[in-house]
Amino acid sequence: MTDRAVPARRGRAFARINPVYVVLAALLVAIALNNPAFVEPTGYMNFVKRAAPLAILAAGQLFVIVSGGFDLSAGAVVTFVVVGASMLLGENPDGTWWVIALMYGAGLGVGLVNGAIVCYLRVPSLIATLGTMISLGGAAAMWSGGAPRGYLSDGFRWFGRANLGDIPVIGFLPVAVIVLGVVGAALGWLMHGANLGRLLHAVGDNPRAARLAGVPVNRVRITAFVISALSAVTAGVLLGGFAGVSTDVGAGFELQAITAAVLGGAQLLGGRGSVLATIAGALTLTAIFTLLNFLGLPQPVRQVVQGVILIAAVAVATYRRRSSGG
Amino acid sequence: MTAVVARARAGLRFERWAPALLLGGAVGLYVGIALLTGQSQYLTPDNAVAILGRSIALGITAIGQTFAILVASIDLSVASLISASAVLASVVMNGEPRMILPAIVAVLALGALVGLVNGLIITKLEVNPLIATLGMALIIQGGLSAFVSNFAGAVPEAFLVFAYGAIAGVPLSLVFLLALAAVAGFVLRFTRFGSDIYSVGGNRDAARLAGLRTDRVVIGAHVVCSLCAAIAGLYLASRLRSGAPWIGSDGVYDLESIAVVVIGGTLLAGGRGGVWGTMGGVLIFSLIDATFNLAGVDAFAKQVLRGVVIVAAVAFYAVRSRRLVA
Repeated sequence: MTDRAVPARRGRAFARINPVYVVLAALLVAIALNNPAFVEPTGYMNFVKRAAPLAILAAGQLFVIVSGGFDLSAGAVVTFVVVGASMLLGENPDGTWWVIALMYGAGLGVGLVNGAIVCYLRVPSLIATLGTMISLGGAAAMWSGGAPRGYLSDGFRWFGRANLGDIPVIGFLPVAVIVLGVVGAALGWLMHGANLGRLLHAVGDNPRAARLAGVPVNRVRITAFVISALSAVTAGVLLGGFAGVSTDVGAGFELQAITAAVLGGAQLLGGRGSVLATIAGALTLTAIFTLLNFLGLPQPVRQVVQGVILIAAVAVATYRRRSSGG
Repeated sequence: MTAVVARARAGLRFERWAPALLLGGAVGLYVGIALLTGQSQYLTPDNAVAILGRSIALGITAIGQTFAILVASIDLSVASLISASAVLASVVMNGEPRMILPAIVAVLALGALVGLVNGLIITKLEVNPLIATLGMALIIQGGLSAFVSNFAGAVPEAFLVFAYGAIAGVPLSLVFLLALAAVAGFVLRFTRFGSDIYSVGGNRDAARLAGLRTDRVVIGAHVVCSLCAAIAGLYLASRLRSGAPWIGSDGVYDLESIAVVVIGGTLLAGGRGGVWGTMGGVLIFSLIDATFNLAGVDAFAKQVLRGVVIVAAVAFYAVRSRRLVA
């Protein structure tokens, strides 16, 4: 179930390294060779800063994936946060804090609704979160009349945009990277240190067995949806810092997040996944896009490459799992 | 003992009649709104045909999607395949009537190829169908946008018959849709391939142990699914008089076809359901759209309600089941 469950096979240490770290390292070396400025703090810090929203979104999505479901509504939550914040802040520019609090409240609501639909109405999560995705997209468009005209205050943009200066050794530290570190550590602890992680794995691995063993299945799954939605709000706040305000700012994000989790070795339909590897998966995806950009390849090629690596990553993971008997 | 049997029968009966109940509700809502708002001129047979005519492409795609979902798979690549087929058709035809047949052959070959590759990736590489077809969607869309970025080619007058022709006042495309549904229904109900699909979808391991070549069945279902999407592309090329690389994703045919299949009572987990339920789902979808139009709901609110309707319709079946859903 978890990595710790099979201490007997510790001997083949190399084969047990998650390949996503190797791929990420190789990609970073390739980027550095193409663009020497990348090894400067400005280079790699901006890279991590740009990847932070996706990494946070993917880490949250992982909780739902490990519990055996999907959260397609995450991208729509990102859109809703960016559009909603711009509408509210357009009228009262110094309301950054209560606007953020309100958005977290909305995210909590979306997570609870998703979880309740799946657990109590027994709608498969794919359909349930597809429904909330469509409704939330409509709500964001309704609120803004289709064309958001508000703007995001500097206070709101601070999280995604600002850098803290005068840090020894690395020179500066983007706020978004700090947020990623804090959220990543918190989610990592929840998944791998706290009891919640064990319960999530149990539910995702075999929901019936988990229920018979006394796991509060519904509560665990609802918690997973809430964590995913709250991560999406965080990602939305960060993205608001450097992306423009539009009604499709979060579109497709949920699929990229699922891709990142899968690259990190998460098993769809539940039972396996690591927060750190998922964040590495998000960095890998961003690194691939960055590299394709440097190579001057157009957008369509990026799509094709993303499609190929997506299929290849899962095929390789399946192959490894079978050949290692796990 | 008898009580158990009786309950099982009642459950079966409910599942059989649920799509009809939903459909009746949708019709009742439409008629009610039309009468309440004094728009009884919309209650004519002509208008009923017009409502149906708006969902031809969705209907054709959903017939194929039914096959994929019945074998416990899913196909997210239909939307980009629809775009690719429409563009391929209009580029090959390029306004010349004598190229109609070659274009149709080319489009069907493309559909068969995509379905075959999808099926092979899912069965031989054991990649989760969601990821496999999502990757395929990215590859097709990227490959398509690399060549065309706008309406390309043109459809000759003779080919417009597909979308605009009529037989005795009934649109040809509607007759075609019903004929396709009849053929699909016949295949599922009366042929070996059809019963294999239900066996494999119900329990793949049991089907394999019973001696079925499950891989072939899954591949076959995906070929059918992609062929239907290719035909939907042909229809849209005829309707729009040309193909563009965004018509599939604009229509959200991937997610909407999944939604109508599930609304039509087919289990997302596979093994239960059928084409006529899907047709009912398509009808419910277009009726609800027409009802919103009658009631004068604005476009964005319509989107919000649409998400709610999808979830509510699926919950209508699912809430009675005791099984745990993903």
